[in-house]
Amino acid sequence: MTGVGAPAPGTATPYRDPVRQGALRRRGRRDALVGMASLLAFVVVVAALVVRTPGWATVQATFFDGQQFVDSFPGLLKAFWLNVRIFLIAEPLILVVGILVALARTLKAPIFLPLRVIATMYVDIFRGVPTILVIFLLGFGVPALNLQGVPTDPVLWGTTALVLSYGAYVAEVFRAGIMSVHPSQRMAARSLGLSGLQTNRYVVLPQAIRNVVPPLLNDFISLQKDTALVSVLGPVEVLRQAQIDASSTFNYTPYVAAALIFIALTIPMTRFADWVQARMARRQRAGGTA
Amino acid sequence: MTVLSTRRLLAPLALVAAAALVVGCAPQESASQSSASSSAAQSATTSSAASSGEASASASAAAVDECSKENLTLLTPGTLTIGTDSPAYPPYFEDDDPTNGKGFESAVAYAVAQKLGFTPQEVTWVTVPFNKSYAPGAKDFDFDVNQISITPKRQKVVDFSDGYYTVNQAVVALKDSPIANATTLPELQAAKLGAQVGTTSLDFINEVVKPAEQPYVYNDTNDAKSALNAGQIDGIVVDLPTAYYITAVEMPKAKIVGQFEAQADGEQFGLLFAKGNPLVTCVNTALASLKDSGELKTIQDQWLAGDTAPYFQQ
Repeated sequence: MTGVGAPAPGTATPYRDPVRQGALRRRGRRDALVGMASLLAFVVVVAALVVRTPGWATVQATFFDGQQFVDSFPGLLKAFWLNVRIFLIAEPLILVVGILVALARTLKAPIFLPLRVIATMYVDIFRGVPTILVIFLLGFGVPALNLQGVPTDPVLWGTTALVLSYGAYVAEVFRAGIMSVHPSQRMAARSLGLSGLQTNRYVVLPQAIRNVVPPLLNDFISLQKDTALVSVLGPVEVLRQAQIDASSTFNYTPYVAAALIFIALTIPMTRFADWVQARMARRQRAGGTA
Repeated sequence: MTVLSTRRLLAPLALVAAAALVVGCAPQESASQSSASSSAAQSATTSSAASSGEASASASAAAVDECSKENLTLLTPGTLTIGTDSPAYPPYFEDDDPTNGKGFESAVAYAVAQKLGFTPQEVTWVTVPFNKSYAPGAKDFDFDVNQISITPKRQKVVDFSDGYYTVNQAVVALKDSPIANATTLPELQAAKLGAQVGTTSLDFINEVVKPAEQPYVYNDTNDAKSALNAGQIDGIVVDLPTAYYITAVEMPKAKIVGQFEAQADGEQFGLLFAKGNPLVTCVNTALASLKDSGELKTIQDQWLAGDTAPYFQQ
């Protein structure tokens, strides 16, 4: 082995053998080529088989009607803006509810027993009840009381129901994160003279939240889809718009179009979750804090 | 080595096999679904063709005098036996008494009887539960009048006369709603309206009323009523018979704001006969002459409009 290409002493880059590097690169390129060819062949075979089946024309006309797609898409996109708004308002609120409830559930002092009981009951109830039921209950139920000053807007109550329902899930995610921080961390912080509040703020929560970012993003992707449930209260969002379009024609292309719109939002979110997770793993291996 | 090469062979094979499986299942399923829906569409068209055939048959029958009272095929000779459900409620009947000639359907029944040559004394009424009326089999009435919609499914087991009423769309609102006293279309356009998804009522809002705010859409009429009750919408659009039922029975707090003029392809109520009853042709003749003379419209406006459900002005 020659010493060509060896790094100057003192730099952090480890020594890499150029011959071996070249071989690795070539092999990597070959693997990629084989992989692509295999994938391509698979897609071609499947597509050819699907298109040749006798029912394909009907399937295409029922689910992939180009004209129907073009006709419904603008209306669907417009309706989807309501889903986006519900999501953007609900998400931060859910985070706040979740973290407060999780902290309340982990309080140890006896004086906080009422808080702890309320938080536990909240989680038990709202995690145990179907989200759509909460939406019906709040969306039609509360406005029907005709209370002075209580708003009746269905979007507002639908969003509230989503916040309450998801808040319970997210609270449990946060609690799991808090539990995952080793007790010695807390003890060490206290022995350094940090108060209970400071311990939570500077020692426990930063580690806890970092541990639960992937499941949190998972819940938010789920929330994006569940915004469609608010439609039962009357507002026309993307799923309902698709249903209206499909009901007049018995053509299900609008549903496929609505599905694509949802996917267009959730896939970037999923990739983002993967990226965040990978970055955190890298940083943790490096031994530094974020 | 041999093991390895077999694996290399197997992997693509497995992929292809999986693909074949996917292909084999999916399109067949959807094909059967779509064929089911298309056959439903077919039966709808054939039934409408059948009913138009009946209409032309009735026209030719009118020339021959088969429809004089003596020649009619009746359950009891000399008496016209008419069925309806009990309780018979307004505005179709009054005072739960079909024999008084009051209420829309009672009035229609007596008008048809008169055209056929019966005096009011020669008409008898029998109680027939709604769900039983369109069941297959022999009937203990000559015809039944009970807000029965003419549907292809029912036409397979019973016969209907031509429609005596085309169902109109109506607006229902709470009595203290801002549109409770609306009389014109522009007043409705400023309101929050709701309807059930997939109904003609929803199409009607979008295509005829065209409100400023997008209509609210519900899974069923019950949800729409809940929203109305909760004050989330000003009014719901339903067909007029449903509107009467909602305001008379289900939601006393609500009222019918008004109704819209009839639409061309609306759902129709028909008089119901046992399958194959020849009386249908004569009754159709009678209905046709009631329509032509404007008598039917007068009866409808007397009982199904006016104070209870005024027509909206453009």
